[in-house]
Amino acid sequence: MTVKFTKDHEWVKLDGEGIAVIGITEYAQHALGDLVFIELPKVGTTYSKGAHFAVVESVKTAAEVYTPVTGEVVEVNEALETDFDLLKSETDGWIAKFSMTNVDELKGLMDEAAYQDYLKTVE
Amino acid sequence: MKTTPLHQSHLDLSAKMGEFAGYDMPLYYDLGVLKEHEWVRDHAGLFDVSHMGQIAIKGKGMQDLLQRLTPSSFEKLGVNRTKYTVLINDQNGIIDDLMVTKAGDDDFHMVINAGCKDKDIAWIKSNLTPDHEFTYFEDWALIALQGPEAEAVMRDVLGIDLSDVPYMGLWFQDYTMFVSRLGYTGEDGFEISVPNDKAEELWTKLLSDSRVKPIGLAARDSLRLEMGYCLYGHDIDATTTPLEADLGWVMRKDAKDSLPTPTRKRVGIVLTDKGVAREGSIVKSKDGKEIGVLTSGGFSPSLKQSIGQTYLPLGYAAPETEINVDVRGRLIPAKVQSMPFLKPRTKNAGK
Repeated sequence: MTVKFTKDHEWVKLDGEGIAVIGITEYAQHALGDLVFIELPKVGTTYSKGAHFAVVESVKTAAEVYTPVTGEVVEVNEALETDFDLLKSETDGWIAKFSMTNVDELKGLMDEAAYQDYLKTVE
Repeated sequence: MKTTPLHQSHLDLSAKMGEFAGYDMPLYYDLGVLKEHEWVRDHAGLFDVSHMGQIAIKGKGMQDLLQRLTPSSFEKLGVNRTKYTVLINDQNGIIDDLMVTKAGDDDFHMVINAGCKDKDIAWIKSNLTPDHEFTYFEDWALIALQGPEAEAVMRDVLGIDLSDVPYMGLWFQDYTMFVSRLGYTGEDGFEISVPNDKAEELWTKLLSDSRVKPIGLAARDSLRLEMGYCLYGHDIDATTTPLEADLGWVMRKDAKDSLPTPTRKRVGIVLTDKGVAREGSIVKSKDGKEIGVLTSGGFSPSLKQSIGQTYLPLGYAAPETEINVDVRGRLIPAKVQSMPFLKPRTKNAGK
């Protein structure tokens, strides 16, 4: 399964027919530090590309999570509310699933190699 | 940016550095904020607080001078004892909060906030008479060791037995090291003042003990917030009177009587639902009126809840009053709670 990355340190996986699964990268989690709260979106809400749909709160700060695709939230990972460590999991660490209205929006995102190169420029 | 004599030590420890009051200071080290906070509550944490100002005033009529500068009484303060108080201006606004230690009848030492140094010193100097001698110990460092194991560490590492020093008491040696039993965490602990050129040696020595970890300013903030202590420039400033700030306990009667009756009061709040409310969040009454703004706020690692401070009109200031806090447009239920949020464990606490 292809994973794409944003400059804001979200990752996106395509899951079947037009479904985008979104989480935040290890880099983002490390930068935030100890997490204390996650504000999840509501299923059925539609967000435009670039809008913030979740907030991850650490002891230090609150970070908004942006969707790189336009679409409707079809599922949220409620298990995260009680287990922040789950975010680290490659399979279970997703925050929300979106039904995309335009699959082409994924094209502008970075692949794994490009993201790793990008990280070198932000550190 | 200004630095403390321990700046290189922080860099060597790979601290995450950030600006505070014009100084490049450690925000957190490798443990991270949450674990640093817990370490201080369980063991002993080492803080560089050398950015704070250390000053002294000597001379005749010190009682009168201190009673002009602060609303406190110094009549009963014993030698080698410290008192928490505030400097107030002519409008009864708080210029700074500070610790005043009586080193002798005519000799008082003070520790003032880093961000207030210039204005405090100017204000104090403008109140001095030719009988007073003012000293700014610019070349002295301040290191805090805080936590239940602090006394044992001081004994085992430095060979200093502080078991007889009471809370707010002072111990010193040859005028090269001053140790005060106080702090900003609610734990037992000490603030150690040494000349700059002795700071690194002391820091390294104390850190060599496995019970001691370096703690950054971020955990210092969450530790003090749990105790309901004020952070100057946030919870108190020149627009707040000591009575509004609920600091009436530091005031002598005549000073208290001369202040206007407050219409608002600094209170603690705790979120009763999930979420984190930080400084700047709007506090609303249950019927939707804006009644205050959080002056401090954040997640309490000890309580696992979001806590904060705000000024509320007296009608809303009673403990258990239900309110909401607006966090990014979401109204989170909260209630007023008396402070400290957590029982202090300072020496003699509760006695």
